Amino acid sequence: MHDGEVDNQRRRFLTTAATVLGGAGVIATAIPFISTMAPSAKTKAIGGPVEVDISPLKPGERITVKWQGKPVWIIRRDDKVLNDLEILNAEVRDPESDVNQQPPYAKNEYRSINPKYLVVIGLCTHLGCSPNYFPSKGQQDLGPDWKGGFFCPCHGSRFDLAGRVYKGVPAPTNLVVPPYKFISDTRIVIGDDSGAS
Amino acid sequence: MNTAIKLLTALVEWIDARFPLLKWWNEHLAKYYAPKNFNFWYFFGSLALVVLVIQIVTGIWLTMNYKPSAEYAFASVEYIMRDVEWGWWMRYMHSTGSSAFFIVIYLHMFRALLYGSFKKPRELLWITGMFIYLTLMAEAFFGYLLPWGQMSYWGAQVIISLFGAIPVIGEHLALWIRGDYVISDVTLNRFFALHVVAFPLVLLGLVFVHIIALHEVGSNNPDGVDIKKFKDTDGVPLDGIPFHPYYTVKDIVGVTVFLILFSLVVFYAPELGGYFLEHANFIPADPLKTPEHIAPVWYFTPFYAILRAVPSQFGGVVAMGLATILFFFLPWLDRSPVKSIRYRGWKYKTALTAFVISFLALGWLGLQAATPLYTWLARLFSVVYFAFFFLMPFYTSTDNDKPVPDRVRYP
Repeated sequence: MHDGEVDNQRRRFLTTAATVLGGAGVIATAIPFISTMAPSAKTKAIGGPVEVDISPLKPGERITVKWQGKPVWIIRRDDKVLNDLEILNAEVRDPESDVNQQPPYAKNEYRSINPKYLVVIGLCTHLGCSPNYFPSKGQQDLGPDWKGGFFCPCHGSRFDLAGRVYKGVPAPTNLVVPPYKFISDTRIVIGDDSGAS
Repeated sequence: MNTAIKLLTALVEWIDARFPLLKWWNEHLAKYYAPKNFNFWYFFGSLALVVLVIQIVTGIWLTMNYKPSAEYAFASVEYIMRDVEWGWWMRYMHSTGSSAFFIVIYLHMFRALLYGSFKKPRELLWITGMFIYLTLMAEAFFGYLLPWGQMSYWGAQVIISLFGAIPVIGEHLALWIRGDYVISDVTLNRFFALHVVAFPLVLLGLVFVHIIALHEVGSNNPDGVDIKKFKDTDGVPLDGIPFHPYYTVKDIVGVTVFLILFSLVVFYAPELGGYFLEHANFIPADPLKTPEHIAPVWYFTPFYAILRAVPSQFGGVVAMGLATILFFFLPWLDRSPVKSIRYRGWKYKTALTAFVISFLALGWLGLQAATPLYTWLARLFSVVYFAFFFLMPFYTSTDNDKPVPDRVRYP
């Protein structure tokens, strides 16, 4: 410092440099705070495939298994249910499963590998509640034409027995079909479709 | 006796030479002049502080026995209820306190709508208050997951899914908030940290700023007139009285009545028929099964009803967000030169009445299962709710306001 003279240019440069450098430091420091809240390695590792024996399943029955913390439903459908699906094409929002809510091998009229078995994640695509399974009329007033399906108690969304969302309900898309494969006629693996066509 | 007083005086002087004790005492209590015409509606600010203290203290004691893990959380709450001495009291104070907090805050906000307390020069005071309200909502939401009951679990699932409905970043954001692909132990653990440490700190900071902002501009009053216009020779407002002892004593009366009502709930009806503690939350969280009927706790239901009223996923989320955010803009939406409802015309009076009715109706509808009739009613009341805000510049600027007196009317 010489004789109390203020070098404003130098002062401004130092202030700017300190601000820029400090700002970069703040941004860099934010990374660990944000990253710590993302799923950890352990969380990612949990949720491996689940093997299920479906031999005890009778037509109309459902098994619920937990995969990645989510309910996965396996439902055995009879021929009447499968025939009804076509009738419902006009009433559901995405009858051809055009929205990518299923692996390619489940993008068909039954949304499944083997038409007899429906495998879907049992969480409503609206806000994540688990819908109730109403396979027939009478359990709840869902209209005289109810052909069986799912009704979400939270916000009233409806799905048919292929997990296709009805029109005019809050849920935007069909229920998600998880990756799965048959390893025999009576055993399926959920969460792993390696080697499947 | 005289020696004791002398010693005490000496101590105060010693402190005062090192810390602005008397200065603060005078600025904020003994020589803080508040309008002399405060009425019933002015109890709720101090009551909110009382509830905040109740929540912080009982909350600290609850954490001494609570375990924030998916495996032990539910059981540890039952342990507090059954085996910890006075544990039930500690928990019921805290659960009743959360509902009481919202009752008090809603009445406090209604007071602002009645007397125009959000209007110039109190815009920042109002905005800091709104931030307190939003923080309180977040705090209540995080806390509600902790008992790990069915409503805790599925309520959190629905609310976090709201973020998932935001286009593009939504799913990533929801994943980041949960820290997992579903609500899990990870989520519970972090909500505990946020509920117990982060948000209480934010809340305390905001309350401090709110009070400083209040004492900078001074309190409004039921007549909505500026008491600083007429001062005596000492600069004391003619219509002002020192906060202490006048309003400290008045507020103690309010606190007493409040604590009587509060204790009645804590001791005789802690669940309040399922409104304060929902029945489904006495069942441990089951990630595979949603309860037949789910609804948020009563203080969120007006917004929940708006969410359900909109027949589109993203639209519902937007409407719900807007319903809370719009309050921030009140100071600029209101074009009337008059603050208090006493001197407003019929238009604002009608609008405010319609708004209160629609807010209460939406609150009730949000608790019911969504039948077609209720959905249509929710749509009707949502329109009234939003009209209150969006039409405000028009009906307040053309209202037949009455002349405002110079001085407050007493009482």
